[in-house]
Amino acid sequence: MADRDAFAAEAMQYAPQLYSAALRMTRNNADAEDLIQETYLRGFRGFGNFQEGTNLRAWLFRILTNTYINTYRAKQRRPQETELADVEDLYMYRRLGALDNASRSAEDQLFDLFTDDEVKQALEDLPESFRLPVLLADVEGYAYKEIAEMLSIPIGTVMSRLHRGRKAMQRALFDYAVARGLTEPAAASPEPAVPSAPDLPETPDQEVNTYG
Amino acid sequence: MADCNETLRELDRFLDSELSDETRVAIHGHLEGCPDCLQTFDFHAELKIVVAQKCHNDEMPPALLAKIEACFGEVFSDLDEST
Repeated sequence: MADRDAFAAEAMQYAPQLYSAALRMTRNNADAEDLIQETYLRGFRGFGNFQEGTNLRAWLFRILTNTYINTYRAKQRRPQETELADVEDLYMYRRLGALDNASRSAEDQLFDLFTDDEVKQALEDLPESFRLPVLLADVEGYAYKEIAEMLSIPIGTVMSRLHRGRKAMQRALFDYAVARGLTEPAAASPEPAVPSAPDLPETPDQEVNTYG
Repeated sequence: MADCNETLRELDRFLDSELSDETRVAIHGHLEGCPDCLQTFDFHAELKIVVAQKCHNDEMPPALLAKIEACFGEVFSDLDEST
């Protein structure tokens, strides 16, 4: 068994990361704080089951995700949203590509194009079944297999939700930029009025309406 | 060698480091010779970085750390009593 104090000290180092993720999940400070406390209570109680050598950060994220799904999701009483409008592939890229950006790198341009709040908002506005995979993959860097285990959904479902969630986020971000006048919507997609093909899931997506 | 359509189909898995070595090599091969696909991949790689950076900078309420420490005390003093 791992040393208890070393375990606790390392676990607490991850508190800021867990708190950011909790904010994206609950979308408000009070619930995020409660969720973090509950996560650490469960984590400390589970210390006896923690195997030395296990990735502690991933272990805590799994507890965080489970606690959110089983406790706060119910508490927040939000309807279970699984619908998300289809967005064409490469939505933002095609529109931004029409802009003059020759003098700046893609990263500088993208970094300056959106505020922190806009990116957070775009993520938080995703329906939960898309928000959690995007959060765990793009913000926290977990692999498909780990996300599938955390959310108790098949890997193919992780992939299709990631794909659709990212596109929806990109459209929201592009709309924010347009609303602030940072880009010219007139310079949008060079391809006129070609309906985009519907998005086919990577594998049959069993929308069980629950993460397990 | 993968073509543009095959390459774009693997965009997500490439950026997420979820491809087999064989497929990754095939995609690399295509990107080396295709500036359009390379630019598309670069853009989405940068976007992924920007999203992660901008969602990771929330300030934790200072009091929260003390509350977590209280959780530690609550759990482990209970354990100590029970053993």
